[in-house]
Amino acid sequence: MSENQEVDIIDEVISQDYKYGFSTDIEMETAPMGLSEEIVRYISAKKNEPEWLLEWRLKAYRYWLTLKEPTWQNFSYPKVNYQDIIFYAAPKQKITLDSLDQVDPELLKTFEKLGISLTEQKRLTGVAVDAVFDSVSIATTFKDQLKEKGVIFCAISEAVHEHPELVKKYLGSVVPTTDNYYAALNSAVFSDGSFVYIPKGVRCPMELSTYFRINAENTGQFERTLIIADDNSYVSYLEGCTAPMRDENQLHAAVVELITHDHAEIKYSTVQNWYPGDKEGKGGIYNFVTKRGICEGVHSKISWTQVETGSAITWKYPSCILKGDHSTGEFFSVAVTNNHQLADTGTKMVHIGKHTKSRIVSKGISAGKSHNSYRGLVKVNKKAEKSRNHTQCDSMLIGDRSGAHTFPYIEVNNNTSQVEHEASTSKIGEDQLFYCNQRGIGTEEAIGLIVNGFCKEVLNQLPMEFAVEAQKLLAVSLEGSVG
Amino acid sequence: MIATNKMLSIKNLKAEIEGKKILNGINLEVKAGEVHAIMGPNGAGKSTLSAVLAGRADYDVTEGSVTLDGKDLLDMSAEDRAREGVFLAFQYPIEIPGVSTTNFLKTAVNEKRKYQGLEPMEATDFLKLMRQKMEFVEMDKSLTSRSLNEGFSGGEKKRNEIFQMAMLEPKLSILDETDSGLDIDALRLVSEGVNKLRSKDNAYIVITHYQRLLDYIVPDFVHVLYKGRIVKSGDASLAKELELKGYDWIKAEVEASM
Repeated sequence: MSENQEVDIIDEVISQDYKYGFSTDIEMETAPMGLSEEIVRYISAKKNEPEWLLEWRLKAYRYWLTLKEPTWQNFSYPKVNYQDIIFYAAPKQKITLDSLDQVDPELLKTFEKLGISLTEQKRLTGVAVDAVFDSVSIATTFKDQLKEKGVIFCAISEAVHEHPELVKKYLGSVVPTTDNYYAALNSAVFSDGSFVYIPKGVRCPMELSTYFRINAENTGQFERTLIIADDNSYVSYLEGCTAPMRDENQLHAAVVELITHDHAEIKYSTVQNWYPGDKEGKGGIYNFVTKRGICEGVHSKISWTQVETGSAITWKYPSCILKGDHSTGEFFSVAVTNNHQLADTGTKMVHIGKHTKSRIVSKGISAGKSHNSYRGLVKVNKKAEKSRNHTQCDSMLIGDRSGAHTFPYIEVNNNTSQVEHEASTSKIGEDQLFYCNQRGIGTEEAIGLIVNGFCKEVLNQLPMEFAVEAQKLLAVSLEGSVG
Repeated sequence: MIATNKMLSIKNLKAEIEGKKILNGINLEVKAGEVHAIMGPNGAGKSTLSAVLAGRADYDVTEGSVTLDGKDLLDMSAEDRAREGVFLAFQYPIEIPGVSTTNFLKTAVNEKRKYQGLEPMEATDFLKLMRQKMEFVEMDKSLTSRSLNEGFSGGEKKRNEIFQMAMLEPKLSILDETDSGLDIDALRLVSEGVNKLRSKDNAYIVITHYQRLLDYIVPDFVHVLYKGRIVKSGDASLAKELELKGYDWIKAEVEASM
């Protein structure tokens, strides 16, 4: 194929429309633009929060003021002006959390359009959903059924009132307010998010899922998720997200904290499809997220699976602190970038307990003019004897204008542990495409097929209901990216 | 359309890659039910001919025409040619990690059906068809669930090509040096597969260096390709003659006439 032909095909194919780009016209209540101590107080007051939480927020805010935006990432972006952001936006109607009938039909319609049905009759069976619209949680399904088992699944703002002892005990215990710039910011202004508690010995009877939707203009979304799995319990949790197409970049700075006690397991899956910006790189979400879990108990396990296809910039490292002896951390990631998207993502596995194990499988796919970086840290402490890590880090390039980068950091402080790192870079070759073409498979289909094959190990980790969706999403994200 | 049993018609086909002329006016007619062998020394243009027929974009066709059942093949994309019934068994089948042969073929079969205006095949029907064809070409079942061609031996790869051919039921199959890298047992198995698939409705172009393959797949016609042209045609006995005498006498004949 000549170079010109190649470029033509690339241009032709990189032209996929973002199908979640609509916005909902609904009356909103918003905080005044900008950030100040008053805004922090405003948010806290809106949520009717207890004094301790307001203090917690203010402490975080004051700390944040002393920090500078970090600059070590493998991309640059225009500075975010925090005075141009609205930090709180909520649909105006009063929400009665117990009754969906009273939810504004516009909101229900929005979620229907996104394929998330909150109404009784159409609910996805086997999956309980918490829907977050801008700064508030709209509804949580299957609450009663979960309650029978003692499982708590609700908006975090609700948990603050209903289960203050749990929130107080765990909030900030994995990602302290002082952890980093965006975590401090989130702690100051977080609006909503999900709270999950699985009691001792309970295997959560269904998948739990939170669906985040940014709608309002000029707003940031700062949700906070806290999941606690008590001794011998298990839960699988999935989050999804989308946003309307807007010309401005919007900031999303979430914090997720996971805690597993003895013999407990949390499986956390993300299908991230925030608006990636247009083909010229205008607009799109800045996805600056802090996600961390701690395997507090012995033989406990935390498993992160992420499929990252959206956002203008993704900057996140879902991590595991393996504190309990014999605990396990896993990270399975697919990150796809196209057009002008940038991703700097990976994980940190910190081995503290003895006989701890971690596994990292990262698949990065870059198309268009995008750049995709894997950045990971495997740290084995002195006392983490006989620990093991296996890292596999594969990159795939589509076309000749994209970049793949790998920054693995390995730090081992004892001599009984074993750490392995494997890496590969490949390109979707003309040979592969021609082979598919010759069997009657068009180029677009062929790329979908090849990319899904490349990511299979990771996609297999997703709950069944979402694996198919993720596969389609991958194909769509790369439509027209042939080289 | 005028009734004719001409399936493939190649007229004065000229093609080049990066300005280098490879095919210099090929003329060939293939009827349904026929097997044509194309032989020739290295660099004669054998693989280029198969690539040009299959629609590989690296080659520029500068002159001539190719029709399949009256339709202009050169005007079609590679995938449309495949959907119209052109199958190329690759000399070096490509590996696609993470994609099973089953999944790959399901996509291929359904893309062809879509092209023909048919609904996708039901999963159960598809698997039944897979089983049938697998038995037919004596394909090892375990290969279909493994990633396409990944870690396959040379023989397994070639048999997988024949299996795919069986699944896609092409009109015209082009076997590009299918015998290369095969031991005698694998060669026999592959040839038996092809022979079973031969019928009055399909045709084969068998490209090979050696006569050996033609002991198993007996051609109706043998053509010698040299310097991008068919310089000699005959029946199966021509292949035997070449095996004995090599290509030098043909080269000499051609040079003398130029």
